[in-house]
Order: sequence, then structure tokens, then C-alpha cells
Amino acid sequence: MNSQIINEVITVQLAIKRFFVRSRSYGAWAILISLLSTTVLAQGWDMRPGVTEMSQHLRTLHHISLWVCIVVGAVVFGAMFYTIFAHRRSKNPIPATWHHSTKVEIVWTIIPTLILVGMAIPATKALIEIEDNSDADLTILVTGSQWKWHYQYLEAGIGFYSNMSTPLEQINNTEAKGEHYLLEVDNHLVIPTNQKVRFLTSSDDVIHSWWVPDFAVKQDALPGFINEAWTRVPEPGTYRGQCTELCGMNHAYMPIVVDVLPEDEFESWLEDQRIALESMGEAAIAARSRDWSMEELMPIGEDTYLSNCATCHQPDGSGQGITYPAMTGSAVVNGPIENHISTILNGVAGTEMQAWGPQLSDLEIAAVITYERNSLGNETGEVIQPLTIFNSR
Amino acid sequence: MIAHAETVPSGRNPLVKFILRWLLTTNHKEIGTLYLSLSFLLFFIGGAMALTFRAELAQPGLQLMGADFYNQMVTLHGLVMVFGAVMPAFVGLANWMIPLQIGASDMALPRLNNFSFWIMPFAFGLLLSSLFMPGGAPNFGWTFYAPLSTTYGPPSTDFMILGIHMMGISSILGAINIIVTIFNLRAPGMTLMKMPMFVWTWLITAFLLIMAMPVLAGVVTMMLTDRHFGTSFFEASGGGDPLIFQHVFWFFGHPEVYIMILPGFGIASEIIPVFARKRIFGYTSMVWATGSIAILSFVVWGHHMFATGMPLATELWFMYATMVIAIPTGVKVFNWVATMWGGSMTFETPMLFALGFVVMFTIGGLSGLMLAIAPVDFQYHDTFFVVAHIHYVLYPGAIFATMAAVYYWIPKWTGNMYDERLGKIHFWTAVIALNLTFFPMHFVGLAGMPRRIADYALPFTGLNTFATAGAFLLGLTQLLFLYIVIKTVRGGPKATDQVWEGAKGLEWTVPSPAPLHTFEVPPKVD
Ligand code: HEM
Ligand SMILES: [Cu+2]
Repeated sequence: MNSQIINEVITVQLAIKRFFVRSRSYGAWAILISLLSTTVLAQGWDMRPGVTEMSQHLRTLHHISLWVCIVVGAVVFGAMFYTIFAHRRSKNPIPATWHHSTKVEIVWTIIPTLILVGMAIPATKALIEIEDNSDADLTILVTGSQWKWHYQYLEAGIGFYSNMSTPLEQINNTEAKGEHYLLEVDNHLVIPTNQKVRFLTSSDDVIHSWWVPDFAVKQDALPGFINEAWTRVPEPGTYRGQCTELCGMNHAYMPIVVDVLPEDEFESWLEDQRIALESMGEAAIAARSRDWSMEELMPIGEDTYLSNCATCHQPDGSGQGITYPAMTGSAVVNGPIENHISTILNGVAGTEMQAWGPQLSDLEIAAVITYERNSLGNETGEVIQPLTIFNSR
Repeated sequence: MIAHAETVPSGRNPLVKFILRWLLTTNHKEIGTLYLSLSFLLFFIGGAMALTFRAELAQPGLQLMGADFYNQMVTLHGLVMVFGAVMPAFVGLANWMIPLQIGASDMALPRLNNFSFWIMPFAFGLLLSSLFMPGGAPNFGWTFYAPLSTTYGPPSTDFMILGIHMMGISSILGAINIIVTIFNLRAPGMTLMKMPMFVWTWLITAFLLIMAMPVLAGVVTMMLTDRHFGTSFFEASGGGDPLIFQHVFWFFGHPEVYIMILPGFGIASEIIPVFARKRIFGYTSMVWATGSIAILSFVVWGHHMFATGMPLATELWFMYATMVIAIPTGVKVFNWVATMWGGSMTFETPMLFALGFVVMFTIGGLSGLMLAIAPVDFQYHDTFFVVAHIHYVLYPGAIFATMAAVYYWIPKWTGNMYDERLGKIHFWTAVIALNLTFFPMHFVGLAGMPRRIADYALPFTGLNTFATAGAFLLGLTQLLFLYIVIKTVRGGPKATDQVWEGAKGLEWTVPSPAPLHTFEVPPKVD
């Protein structure tokens, strides 16, 4: 429970106590409401306050409309329960005969109208601010693909994929679930504090939606189009979110983790990434300049298979129906090698089999192909070299 | 004048006779019964699907099914409930009651009526058969957004498309029939502004149907040609735009949600005055409010799309227009309370369901108002908060209204009174179970749980377990409803013609049970 929530609980309780002291007859109600609101806040059942000015402002707007609803509800239901009680046949055997009153009807059309105008004004202001994507300090292209996020820092020229890192064993209940079950990834998105960060969202396949509740940023990622959203986070920390547009089988399994770093730390992180990128280039050159043995490739291939392929094709290669074909005995896996390589590099259009070329290194692809051809019930005996992959790209 | 059951040749084997009677019937009462029975069946099928995925959601992790099957269940649940449970139930009630309420001897187009019904079982047969196909049933949600449903949809998607076309034809034909009946067959003296509210709300709903259903047909046809005939309506790489799908779908979709509630408004407006023994308050404004809700429902569709990257001006328009709908909706609620005010109320089961409808529909309407606030909708959108909203407007809304109508009119249909004690137990258990199921969804949505996920993070566990328990209880209470209905059909205390002490209106002037043919001589209304 964070300190902000505790503070809020205390404020609410104090307010309720004051109310209670002033009007004893409402004591029972006060206790009930206090219990309810304490539970709601303490359990984190309310909208999360988040960490940005915008998220907190939206929460205030949420509370305004919530209170409008509670008051309107109390009036309407109050009147209803009163009349249910007071105008039962046993209490009121002779019904009234009136059935019309223009005056009353005008009143209850105008009052809601005024309330709505009152709600629309702050909402309009907030919306204008949300849609102001100008003057960003940093732009990140966020591309969804089934079922991972691809982050590209457009100014710095670096980028990486971010996959859920919760192990399958936890999902299948054979292992205890960790604290951040389903909300953990291999590569975190990293952004600096206090800068206006603009997110461009897009997609490689179906519609996804990039949502980090603590930033109050939710933007659909549409294939072939680019949307914009922005945030400015004052506090360093780790923030988690999820895809919020149904995007196929593993929709529940494409989380978002954002590390917010102080500006100087962010700069050095960026520098590290650039260096890593260079050394990855060097590693790739090294990888393709020599021959690899089956013994070397198989464990790399197995890791690559389990973290990228197994969600659909299953860890044992048995697949799932016609949508996710089995690897065991597959015509592609046991057929001509060129076809196998191009399937993995370029994906299969119009299916959930995506192009892995941009996501995996030559070594990883060579290893996973070698693994598929010599495991999961297949035995072609072939060893594929990173150089072959490099030349097929 | 009208072809009917007795035209079936006699002297055949009783089973054949039975089948032919129901297959060939053109009688509005029998067709009404067919619609209601089909809707009841599909309500239980859709409910079983909901329990299937609720069971999976009881705990985090995947226990009972794969994520793909989970998505199939969610999709079919939505489609079956919307098109199979709610809509046919209202059409069934319209068939039974509109001719009785306006003093007509039957629907204006009886053969069309028969055809409209008999398309439906085949449409749902197609839809449900997709469960047994390679690749499984449709798995992209009841809103079937492209390109998930086009490029990436399973082969069975085509069966869904055909099924939707068939239901659409059925709905359009049914709507035409209702409009023609109401405009032409009212008893002498029944002017439009003397029509019962149920007839009024159905008239307006029928117009919504003939305007909205062709749009749905259009969007599924575009899907079909994108899938098979090389068009690219929704495919960016071919010059299309996946958002066109959403615009067209929701241009149908928002009127659709009012199609699913306006007849419910009508039912509440019939029942509350009867049990309050007081005329409906503000009849004229009720009619106008219904009409303006219907018109406004065509200009608010974008409130489902705030997160899709619409321009600011468009977002503002959809926010304001949606907020405006709350005004006529409020008027209806206030008028119901004013009808009760000063009345002399008793609380038989139909009244209980009608009041439950008013209270819980209002809760759903209020959360709708919260969702209409576009900037905050970024936080609510596609979370369980929306799931809570739609279930408050649809379960205690559309479904409770239907149940209220069944309790209210079943004595007229069968000539028997239902068991009042069981009816009350049904109401109270359903209300409790329903709130246990759906109220926590507001909280879990606010806490950040997206909708349509098969598996969730640990902080959401408690509320989900709770909601699942509620859902199973809710399922049980509806079995009680089934029992009550069967029991009433088979027997029970005889109902009088008027049935309810406070009941006025033409349907209460015919005998109970209503004979197959009524008002062959039109009554006079003054
Ligand atoms: C005062 C009246 C209402 C208002 C202001 C309202 C507003 C909204 C808004 C803004 C959304 C979109 C939420 C989102 O996706 O972020 C929504 C969703 C929805 N509403 Fe309402 N609503 C109202 C009444 C109704 C009624 C009467 C029904 C049906 C009987 C209904 C059924 C639905 C459904 C089914 C959805 C979700 C569709 C989906 O995404 O699957 N609403 N409503
Ligand atoms: Cu809508």
C-alpha cells in the first residue's frame, strides 16, 4: 500500500468522523460508508492515482463523475425507496390520480443539463491537453506484434523487442507464481524523468493497445497507421501495464514494463545501448565467420524455441490444431532447407506466424532451425550455419 | 382470412403433425412462443459459455482451457446473448403482445412472420457449428474487429458472417412486420398517442432495426470480400483502414444497444403503473424521450473509439453527444419514479423485476455517463469497468425486463398463475447473485484489469474469484426460472381475464389463456 493511498484513507475517515459527530442520527450510515470507502481505497479498488500530473488529474475527474453518480443515485433511489415504503397499498390504499406536470418535467430536464455542462468543461480541458502531442523531448515508436512490443528510439537509432518473461510453468500452475506474474518482460522500456516523451504507436499485424495505467496513456496500435500519445513522469520507478485490445490467443501475455530513470542515468543507459548495439554487430560478424557444430547450436536453438515459438507450436512441437501447425513431422521442417529458412525469416502472410528475421540474430535463427530439424520428433541430421542465414536475408 | 395451424392435413402421425404445426404456423401467438423458446434455449447456451470462461477466471493461470478456447467462449457468449437471447426475446414479446395490445387479429404479414422466425434456428445452427470446425469457433470478441477477424480469423469466421446475415434478414423482416402492423392494424379509435408504451417503444425499436441491421450486413459483407475476394477495405497494405471497420460496426453497434433496451423501457412503463395503480407519469414525454434517444443513438458511436486516435474535434463531438443521451434517459427514470409516487403499490414478481430493472439499469446508465467523459475513458476503456457497465444495462436491463414481462403476461398466455412464492425467491436470489457477479467488475476494472484476457496478474485474484462464485449462483437462479415457467405452462391456479387488479388495456379484455384467434372483430377504443 503506498503512502498516498494511506493518506487518502485517513482523510476520508476524518471527514466521515466529523460528519458523524455533527449528525448523530446518521451514525449508522456514516459507519457503513466509512467501512466501504476504507475497503475500496485500502484494497486498491479505486482508479489508480498513477504518477503523472495527467493520471492524477484524470483520477480527480473520475472522482467528480463518480460523486455526481453517487448523488444522483442517492436522490433517485432515495425517492424510490421512500415511495416504495410510503406508497404501499397498506399505507396508501387510495392512489393519487395526477399523471402529468410540465413544471416538474422542465426542472428535471434542466438540472441534469446543468450538471452535464459542469462535467463537460473540465473534461474538455483535459482532453485538449491529452491531445497536445507537440514539443516532445523524445520520441519512441512502439510497435505491437503478436504478442510482444517493439520499441524504437527514433532520435538515438536504437531499438529492441520486449517479450513477456513469465515462464510457461507458472501459467500452467506447475510452479509458484512470482510477484509480477504476467507483468514482467525481458527488455524494459526505459524513459527519462521530467521529459515530455512522445509515443508513436503502430502494429505489424492486428490492433493492439499500449496501456500504462500509472501514466494514463492508452493508445491503440493500428497496422498501417501511426497514433500519438505522450507522458511526462516526475518520479523514477518501474511501471507496468498490458495490451488492452484483444489481439489473438496470447492477448493476456503481452505486458509492458517501463523503467523511468533520472535524466543523467537515462543518458548513460542510452550510451550503453549504443555500445551494445555495436558489439552485437561485432558478435554477428564473429558468429558468421566460423562453422558451428550441432552440439553448440542445439542448446541455443532450444532456448530460442522455448522463448519465441513454444507459445503457439507448443514446447514439444505438437502444435494446436490447424491454426498453429505441429513441428513434429512438419513438411516445412523436414522439407527443403531454403523454404524452412524463408518461412522463419519472413513469416507466413495472413497468419500469426510472423517474420522473425528482424527480431532474431543469424545465430539464433540458425540454431532454432537446427533445433527444429533435429528435435521435437524430427531427425534430418542437418546443421545450419549463421552465414547461411546471413546470406538468405 | 389468415392461414393457420388448422390447415395442416389431418390423419398423419402425431409427431409429424406436431412438427408441421410449428413449422408452418402463421399465428402470432405461436410464433411468439417459438421466439421466446428459442431465446430461452440460447440464453442457457450463452450462459453456459459464460460460466465456462468465468470458471477459468476463478484463479490466475490457465487451469481448464487454452487461451484460444477462452477467446472462442467469450466471442460466442457475446454473439449468442446479443443476437440470440435478448433480441429474439423482445421479438417474441412483440409478436405475442402487439396485436393483443392494439386490438389486431394477427400481425400484418403472417407468412413473413413465420419466415423471420424459422431463419433464426438455422442462423444459430451455423454459428454454433463453428465450435466443431478445424481451427475452432470465432475467437475475436463479439465486436469482431478487423484485421483480427479478417486476415487472422479462423476459417469458421465465414459461418459467423453467414449466420449474422441470416439473423439480420430475420430482424429486418420482423421489424418491417411490426411497423406495418402498428401503422395499419390498430383498433378503431386507438390513435398513436393512445398506444401502450410497449407498442411505442417497439415501433421506435423497429425503425432502429431497419436502419442499423443493413449496416451490420454491410460490414460483414466487407469482411467477407476482404477475406476471400481480394478487397482491402480494412487492410492498410491495400489502401484500406482497419478503423473503417470500427466506424461502420459501431454505427450499427450503438443503435443496437438501444435496440436491446427500448422494449425493456416499454415493459417497465407497462408494469409499474399497473402495480402502482396509477397512470404512467408524463406519457407524452416518455414517447418523446424514447424518440430522441433513438435519434441520438445514431450520432454517438465514436464513444467506443476514444482510444483509436480520433482527432480532438471528433472526440469532443462524441463526448458531448453521448452526454446528451443521458438527459432523455434520465427523464425516463424520473418518470417511472413519479409514476410510483402517490400510488398504491403492491409488489408481485413482475413489479419486483420492473423495479429491479429501474434501479440497476440506472446504475448502468450512470457508469455509462462516466464512460462518456472521453479523457477519463482512456483509463476505463477495454477494462472490466466496461464489462460491468454493459452487464448492468443488459442483465438487469434487457434480461430483467424480459423476465418481468414473462411474469406479467404468462397468466394471459397460459391461463395459469405462476407460483408467486417461487417468483419472489427467483427475483431476490437473482438480484443478489447478479450484484455479486457484476459489481466487483467495476473495481477490478478500475484497478487495471483489461477485458477479454484469459489470465491475469495476482492483485486481481480476490475479486475475480468472487465474481466467478456469483456467476455460478446466478446460473443456478435461472434454472429456477426455467422450473417456474415449465410449472406454470403445465398448470396452476386459474388466472382471471384481467389477471392483475390494476391492469387496463386491450390484452386484458380477452380470455385467459388467450385463444389462438383474438380480436377477429376489432374492439372499439375511446
Ligand atoms: C446513459 C446511457 C449510456 C451511456 C452514456 C453509455 C456510454 C457508453 C460508453 C461511453 C461506452 C464505451 C466504453 C468503452 O469502451 O470505453 C459504452 C459501452 C457499451 N455500452 Fe453503453 N452507455 C449507455 C447506455 C447503454 C445501454 C442502454 C446499453 C445496452 C442496453 C449499453 C450497452 C453498452 C455495451 C454493450 C457497451 C460495450 C460494447 C463493447 O465494447 O463490447 N449502454 N457505453
Ligand atoms: Cu455506445
